[in-house]
Amino acid sequence: MIKKTVNTVQEALDGVEDNMTFMLGGFGLSGIPENAIAELVKRNVKNVTCISNNAGVDDFGLGLLLQKKQIKKMVSSYVGENDEFERQMLSGELDVELIPQGTLAERCRAAQAGFPAIYTPAGYGTEVAEGKETREFDGKMYVLEHAFKAHFAFVKAWKGDEAGNLIFKGTARNFNPVMCGAAKITVAEVEELVPAGELDPNQIHIPGIFVQRIFKGETFEKRIEQRTVRPKK
Amino acid sequence: MLDKNGIAKRIAKEVKDGFYVNLGIGIPTLVANFVRDDIEVEFQSENGVLGMGPFPFEGEEDADIINAGKQTITTLPGASFFDSAMSFSMIRGQHVHLTILGAMEVAENGDIANWKIPGKMVKGMGGAMDLVASAENIIVAMMHTNRAGESKLLKKCSLPLTGVGCVKKIVTNMAVLEVTDQGFKLLERAPGVSVEDIKNATEGTLIINGDIPEMDI
Repeated sequence: MIKKTVNTVQEALDGVEDNMTFMLGGFGLSGIPENAIAELVKRNVKNVTCISNNAGVDDFGLGLLLQKKQIKKMVSSYVGENDEFERQMLSGELDVELIPQGTLAERCRAAQAGFPAIYTPAGYGTEVAEGKETREFDGKMYVLEHAFKAHFAFVKAWKGDEAGNLIFKGTARNFNPVMCGAAKITVAEVEELVPAGELDPNQIHIPGIFVQRIFKGETFEKRIEQRTVRPKK
Repeated sequence: MLDKNGIAKRIAKEVKDGFYVNLGIGIPTLVANFVRDDIEVEFQSENGVLGMGPFPFEGEEDADIINAGKQTITTLPGASFFDSAMSFSMIRGQHVHLTILGAMEVAENGDIANWKIPGKMVKGMGGAMDLVASAENIIVAMMHTNRAGESKLLKKCSLPLTGVGCVKKIVTNMAVLEVTDQGFKLLERAPGVSVEDIKNATEGTLIINGDIPEMDI
């Protein structure tokens, strides 16, 4: 067994520097790598590019890095619910590349799977496709989108083992699996870390080969963005 | 004239037995409340769930189970979770039968704009561009006019496009319309709304053939 465990978040983020490009899993605040984000805030790395579906909210998730002006560029599909983000974008302090959500997922997956680029119908005929190569297949138009290149991928899983195998829970899975192995170094934080052999190989979502470092997150706040309920009858 | 629930109720009639359906945020979300309970339908949310159920009971919310609007939800028997790439494989691969989404503008050729108002609103397109580029069956749920009273059914969209020539059907508070090669074909009018009212509220080409029935809702 090739062991991937590191003991602390500090160790997990060894090698993180200014000007790097990071992938961060999560959809809204669900399934975000909270511990890695907290450490990035603490280290105050600057001028970074973040590839993440969303940009957090003002006081949580990637919003924490935005507050400290650590982010140079965001690559996302949806960035509502964040006033500081909007302020920095409209004032020109923050460079923003908005891309379709399926394209974001597939540009990660392409990097993971060894494809230099993919063709997608999403965004054809819109400003998203401006300046990009397009091609017709069977009478329909497609846009060429390139695989991402990133230094680190920070993902969050529910359970993991020493070998780096990961299991996700519910919709907290989202972008996390497609970012594993899509960057030079993938760092996974998990709620439960178990010895190798304790997870059923049939149930593994992401094999450890895609993960370089795994650690048990110290805390998970798991904040809910929109608490919606129905009354008990 | 219909309210938002009325629009959702009318669209629910388009949802057929055996359909996998993706609902957008806003009025489309309400459609789930009005689908007949004698048919089998599964709702997909692009953040990675198929077989969405109602909101959880108070105290049973789970931060790990949300919909694309980031609302806490539940799942129904037969539900599944998956990653974002697989979710959009369902969408781009045309495995989802029906997409219902909102719009800021629709053009008579089926173009749709719903993600950006330059200099004002910059939230992003989320999954909308993937949905409209791929789905065979797209229904737009929206008000017929904007807050300033201007038509949202136009000859040509003025806002940045989300997709080109993709909308097939539109249900508004005033009418049901189909996008044809000649323009918006009026199919039904909302209770208490005249053809003349719809004409006045539609900037794009409106095709009126014979008597236009009132919606049955």
